[in-house]
Amino acid sequence: MYLEKIADIVKSHLALDESVQITPETSLKGMKIDSLDVVEIIMKIEDAFEIEIPDEKLHEFKNLGDIAEYVKSVKES
Amino acid sequence: MQKRVAVTGLGCVTAFGTGKKILFDNLRAGKSAVSLISSFDTSDFKTKIAAEIKNFDASLYFSKNETRKMDRFTQLAAVAAKDALLDSKIDLEKLDKSRFGVVLGVGFGGISTILEQHKILLERGPRRVSPFGVPMCIPNMAAGNLSILFGAKGVCETVSTACASASHAIAAAARLIQRGNADIIICGGSEAPINPLVLAAFSSMNALSRRNDEPEKASRPFDKERDGFVLGEGSGIVILESFEHALSRNARIYAEIAGAGSSADAYHITTPDPDAKGAESAMRSALLDSGTDASEVDLVVAHGTGTLANDPTETKAIKAVFGEKAYKTPVISIKSMLGHTLGAAAALEAVAAVSVMAEGMIPPTINLETPDPECDLDYVPNLARKAEVKCVMTDSFGFGGQNSVLIFKSGRVSMRASRQ
Repeated sequence: MYLEKIADIVKSHLALDESVQITPETSLKGMKIDSLDVVEIIMKIEDAFEIEIPDEKLHEFKNLGDIAEYVKSVKES
Repeated sequence: MQKRVAVTGLGCVTAFGTGKKILFDNLRAGKSAVSLISSFDTSDFKTKIAAEIKNFDASLYFSKNETRKMDRFTQLAAVAAKDALLDSKIDLEKLDKSRFGVVLGVGFGGISTILEQHKILLERGPRRVSPFGVPMCIPNMAAGNLSILFGAKGVCETVSTACASASHAIAAAARLIQRGNADIIICGGSEAPINPLVLAAFSSMNALSRRNDEPEKASRPFDKERDGFVLGEGSGIVILESFEHALSRNARIYAEIAGAGSSADAYHITTPDPDAKGAESAMRSALLDSGTDASEVDLVVAHGTGTLANDPTETKAIKAVFGEKAYKTPVISIKSMLGHTLGAAAALEAVAAVSVMAEGMIPPTINLETPDPECDLDYVPNLARKAEVKCVMTDSFGFGGQNSVLIFKSGRVSMRASRQ
């Protein structure tokens, strides 16, 4: 469920078509997204889950699956 | 020898809609674009009216992903530029992009973005301020985005002289083409100032009309009952091109930028010099620069804001420069219909000036009902007039006492001269 919500945030932020497939392996870098967009997407994820993701964590995320895992660990801890 | 500068494309977004035809049809019909402000609550404001562009949607012209990173003033410029390029029939694929540039005039820039982000800062803290805050608000971003959208890799500059910005921008772009620094320049101005802060600040200066019960009658340049200007928004774009480049691709040459004049009042931050010496000097410089005698000017497209101070001062300057001929030269203010679009105003006046020469019809100054003894020229009151117009002077005066005047000559006349 975390990944689904994150996928929805990414899709709506980038105005992507509903048919675009997002998997745990999808990476924001791989989608060739503007680095400024990445910052905004992270802000929206923080807002949606009411958490704060430390800046140093951002470099550790390889893909959306990593972000979902991190959100899950914070929310369920 | 310096190159001659042609206008080969016209584009605009105004409160009347998108495109030069909608603009000119409405100007010719003497329609007002002023209405009650609908984009925010004006209950606490003395002025509740503006010439707003209702239902503007830049994503009809560009992708949502592109437009959401642009402030409204950039979106307006992008749509106007696309419109102007289409009108010019330039094949972007065939251009030498290093000689293709952008020069725009902008007064404020992305003030709405600043307001939105400042609200976020206060209410939700610094960590929620958008990383697009800076690239959306800085005033050079309209030009920057146009260069990206259309692949213009030559000169790319922004001029800011308040209400004269677009006129100074057109003058600067014309000089770059004259000197051979570029072949084609997307040029003009853009402004989206209708927000609570700008409305309140101009209102505190007592600069704005408060005729809220009759919005369409509020902008009344040169009328004795005028009580200030009306805020407007929009973008005007002219495609400037060297004559040789335009001729090489058989472009339609609407007009020639024949000359420009610039001066400062060096008098006061907002009030024009009552002796009108700065305005007069800019007009004389523009005539001299273009090798034109005042007697050759068929029409003056005035700054004509409808403020108590501007209109008699501008009238005085025109009389000083034109002498007795001032009374026989039509002087119009399209701000009577479009409101004052600040940094975009001179670009929309350029589009109007060029359209007048192409259409043979002078739009009126509307709401001119009660003559002011201090404004006693022929302002073409309330009804459009058929006329052959071959040479137009446009006036622009910005806060800071920064003045810019342009001379346009009709394409037909200029083409004939270039063949001799």
